[in-house]
Amino acid sequence: MSAIDIQGVSKRFGVTPVLHEVDLAVAAGEFVVLVGPSGCGKSTLLRLIAGLEEVSAGSISIGGRRVNELPPKARDIAMVFQSYALYPHMSVAHNMAYSLRLQRASKQQIAAAVGAASAKLGLDALLERKPKALSGGQRQRVAMGRAIVRKPKAFLFDEPLSNLDARLREHMRAEIKKLHRELGATSIYVTHDQIEAMTLADRIVAMNAGRVQQIGSPLELYDRPANLFVAGFIGSPAMNMFPATASRSQRQLRLVHGRLAVELDHDRGLVEGTALTVGIRPEHVVLGAGPLQGIVDLVEPTGLGTIIHLTLCGAALKAFSLERLSLALGDSIAVDLPSSRLHLFDVEGRRIP
Amino acid sequence: MSATGRRLLRLAEPYFYSAPVLLLIVGVMLIPLSVGLSYAFRDIQLLDPFSGGFVGLDHFRELAADASFSAALRHTLVWTIVTVALQFILGLVLALLLNREFPGRRLTQALVFLPWAVPTFLVGLDWAWLFNPVVGPLPSWLFALHVTRDANNLLSDPATALIGPIVAAVWWGIPFFAITALAALQSIPRDLYEAAAIDGAGVFKQFRSITLPLLAPTIIITILLRTVWVANFADLIVVMTNGGPADSSQTVASYVFTAAFRRLDFGYASAIAAVLLLLLFAYGLAILSLRRRLLHRYS
Amino acid sequence: MMRSALYWASHYLLLALYVLFALFPLFWLVKVALTPNELLYSEGIRLWPSRISAEHFRFVLAHSDFPLYFRNSLIVSSATAVIVALVSGACGYGLSRFVFRGKSLLVALLLITQMFPLVMLVAPMFRLLAPLGLTNSLTGLVIVYTAFNAPFATFLMQSFFDGIPRELEEAAMIDGATRFGAFLHILLPLTLPGIAATGGFVFTAAWSELLFALMLISSAQASTFPVGLLSFVSKFSVDFGQMMAAGVLALIPACLFFLFIQRYLVRGLTAGAVKG
Repeated sequence: MSAIDIQGVSKRFGVTPVLHEVDLAVAAGEFVVLVGPSGCGKSTLLRLIAGLEEVSAGSISIGGRRVNELPPKARDIAMVFQSYALYPHMSVAHNMAYSLRLQRASKQQIAAAVGAASAKLGLDALLERKPKALSGGQRQRVAMGRAIVRKPKAFLFDEPLSNLDARLREHMRAEIKKLHRELGATSIYVTHDQIEAMTLADRIVAMNAGRVQQIGSPLELYDRPANLFVAGFIGSPAMNMFPATASRSQRQLRLVHGRLAVELDHDRGLVEGTALTVGIRPEHVVLGAGPLQGIVDLVEPTGLGTIIHLTLCGAALKAFSLERLSLALGDSIAVDLPSSRLHLFDVEGRRIP
Repeated sequence: MSATGRRLLRLAEPYFYSAPVLLLIVGVMLIPLSVGLSYAFRDIQLLDPFSGGFVGLDHFRELAADASFSAALRHTLVWTIVTVALQFILGLVLALLLNREFPGRRLTQALVFLPWAVPTFLVGLDWAWLFNPVVGPLPSWLFALHVTRDANNLLSDPATALIGPIVAAVWWGIPFFAITALAALQSIPRDLYEAAAIDGAGVFKQFRSITLPLLAPTIIITILLRTVWVANFADLIVVMTNGGPADSSQTVASYVFTAAFRRLDFGYASAIAAVLLLLLFAYGLAILSLRRRLLHRYS
Repeated sequence: MMRSALYWASHYLLLALYVLFALFPLFWLVKVALTPNELLYSEGIRLWPSRISAEHFRFVLAHSDFPLYFRNSLIVSSATAVIVALVSGACGYGLSRFVFRGKSLLVALLLITQMFPLVMLVAPMFRLLAPLGLTNSLTGLVIVYTAFNAPFATFLMQSFFDGIPRELEEAAMIDGATRFGAFLHILLPLTLPGIAATGGFVFTAAWSELLFALMLISSAQASTFPVGLLSFVSKFSVDFGQMMAAGVLALIPACLFFLFIQRYLVRGLTAGAVKG
C-alpha cells in the first residue's frame, strides 16, 4: 500500500478549465472520499490519478514516485468503474484473472489469487458465469474482485454504488468498509452521495466547480464546515441558511433577518453592520421551548424522526426531531436557535470562526 | 525514451492508425484524379505513341458539338431520376412490409435482399438474357400482355434500350433502400404507434403522421447520396447495351468508359469526366444551399 | 396490434410478389444453365425444361478457363477483404477512440471519395500503373480495390467500435494492458461479427467489380471472373447454356457471403440508432 501525493494539479479540456490547483496528500492505507455535485471535477481527478487523462499542470506521485508520464498499466493501481466495465465475453473467473495473465503469472498463482478474492466476496458459485447472467450487485462484487486480485498500491472507486437500488447500496457500503478494514488498502472513492462519504471516509475532500472546498474527517466537515458549500452539502436534511446583519442591542450582538433576531452568547469578533449568512442544522433547532414562535407548515414523518417545516418570523426553517411530536398544520410552537449551534459565514461564504 | 518523446508518440498515435488509408486514398484516388483532369486538356491516344500534346479546350469544343454527348446528358437525367424513384418507392414499401413480425419473416427477408448479393456484371448479363427473345421469357410475355408491339429485344431498339438497364438497376437496388428504410423504421419507438392507435388513428394515418415525418431525414439523405451514386454507375449500361444502339442508352458515366475503353481516346474521355465532375459539384452545391435554406426556415 | 384479415392478405400478397420478382431472374439463370443444348431454343421460354442436364456445368468447369477466372477472383477478393479489414480497422479505431487535429478533414476526405465517379479514374489509372508493371496483374487490382473500399469499410468499422464502451478498454489498460493489448483482447473479440460482416461486404464488392478489371486486365491468365465471363460472352455469343452455367457459378460465393452477413447489416445499422 502506498501514499498518494497530489500537488497543484490543474486540468483543462481544450480551453475549458475543469480542475484548479488541487492539493491532496493521501496517507498509505487511508480511505479518502471525493464528494461533490455533478461536474465538480471529482471523477476527472480520479481519472488523472489513474492515468486515463493527462495532467495539465502539477504533479501526482504514487508511493513517492512521480507518475505524471506513466501510462495506467505502469501505475499499479486498480479501479472500480461506475458501470463495472466487466469484460462481457469473459467469465467471472477470467475477468478476475485477466490482469494476472497479463503479468504472466503462473496458473497456480492465478488460481490461488482468484480463489482468495472470490471467497472473500462470495463469488465462488458464479465463477463460470458471464457478466450478462449476473445481477447488478453480483457484477459490482466481480468488479471489486477484479480489483483486489491484483494487490495494487491503491484502489480507485468511481461512484461504484450509483447503479444499485437503495437497499443494495446500504449493504455494499458496509461490505466496502469491511473490505477496507481487512485489506488496509489506500483507497480514493468518488461519490455524489454525502451519506456514502460520511460513512466510508477517513477523510472527505469536498469539491465544487473544480476546486477543493474542504479536506477533513467526516465529523470535522459536519461540525465545522469551512464554507457555505460544504455546510449545505454535508448533512441531510440540509442546513437551514438565511442572510442576516449584525446589530448591537444592549450589550449583546444580535443577528437580524427581517423580524427574526437571534442573540449571540459572545461577540465572535463581529463588527456592527456586517452582512453575513447564518446557518443552523435542522437537528439542532430546539422545539417546544425558546423565545421564538414558529408556525407549522408541513410535517414529514420518516419513522426515525420527523422533519418539520416552519415559518419563523417570516423566514422558512426546517427542524428535525427524534421525538414523535403531535403537531398539526398551522400549530404554533416555541422555537429556540441556540447560539452555540449557529454557523456564521461572511459575505464570501467563508466560515467565521 | 524521454518524457517528451513519449508524449509526442502518444499525440502521433491516431495519425499512425489513419496513415495507411490516407496513403491509399491519396495515391490511388487523388493523384490519378488530378492526372486525369489534366488529360482533359491534352491529346492522349493510347495507341498513338506520339500523342500527349497540349490541346487546350479542343476536347470541350468537340463535346459541345457532340450529339452523343447531349443525348448522354438527357439520358443521365432519365436514368438517374427513374431509377432512384423506383428504387426508393419499391424499397420503402418492402421495408414497411418487413417491419412487422410474421412467420417466415427471416427467410423472406433473406430471399428478398438476395439481388443485392448478385455481382453487378451478372445482374447486367442476366437481365440482358431475360430480355433476349432467344433465351429469355420477357419479350414473348410482354407481347402476350400487349405491353409491347412485338416480341423483339427491347435492348436493340433505340427508343427502349435504356429501359433494360433501368429495370436491372431497380431490381438490384431495392434491397439497399429496403435495408436502410428498415433500419430507420426499427428505430421509431413502438409507443408512438400505440399512442396513435389509442387516439384512433388507422394504418394510413399512422403512416402519414408518425412514420413519414420521422423517416424523412434518413430518407432524404439516402436519396440524395444514392442519386450521386446512380448517376456515376456505368457498369450495367456497359454490360447490357454498351451505350447503344447508336448511343441511345449512353449516360455521361458510361460515355466516359466507352470513350476510354473502346475508342482509347483518354483525352476525350477525361474531358467528359471533367464535365461529369462539374455537374456533380453543382449538384452538391445545390443540395448544400437547399439544406441551408431549409435549416434557416425551420430554426 | 390487431389488424384485419384484408390487411394481412394484401400484406402476404405483396410480399409474395416481391419474392417472386427477386428470385425469378436467378431462377431463370439456373433453368437455362440446366437445359441441354438441343432443347435450348425449342423450349426457350418454358418455365422448366423437360429434361435437365449438367453438361454446361461440366463444360465450364472442365474445358474452359473458368476455374482460372474463379481462382483469380478468389485471390483478389480475399486479399482485398483481408487488407481492407486491417487498414480500415486501424483507421476506424483511430476515428472512434481519438480526437485529433485534422480529424474532420480526414472524414470529409473519406466522404468525398464515396461521391465522385470512379469511372473517370479508369484512364489515368491505366497510364499510371502500366509503367509500374501493375496492369495485367492481380496485385494491381488488389491495390486499386483496397483503396476504393477502404473509406466505406472505415466508416463501418468506426460504427462497430463506437458501439463498445470506452470503459472496457480503460479497465483493461488499468489491469495492465497496453492500448494495443486492450484492442486485441477486448475490442476485437467483441466486434468480430462486425469485422466479419465488413470483410464479407468488401469481398462481395471486389468480386463484382467490372470496369477497372476490364481496363487493367487484358490477358486471360490474369482475368477475374467478370472479365472472363464478359469475354466468354463476346466470343461465344450463342452458347447461352454455358454462359448461364458460368453465371450460376459466379453467383455462389457472393450469395453465400451475403446470406451470412445480411442479418448483421440490418442489426449493425439499427444498433447505431438505438444507442443514439
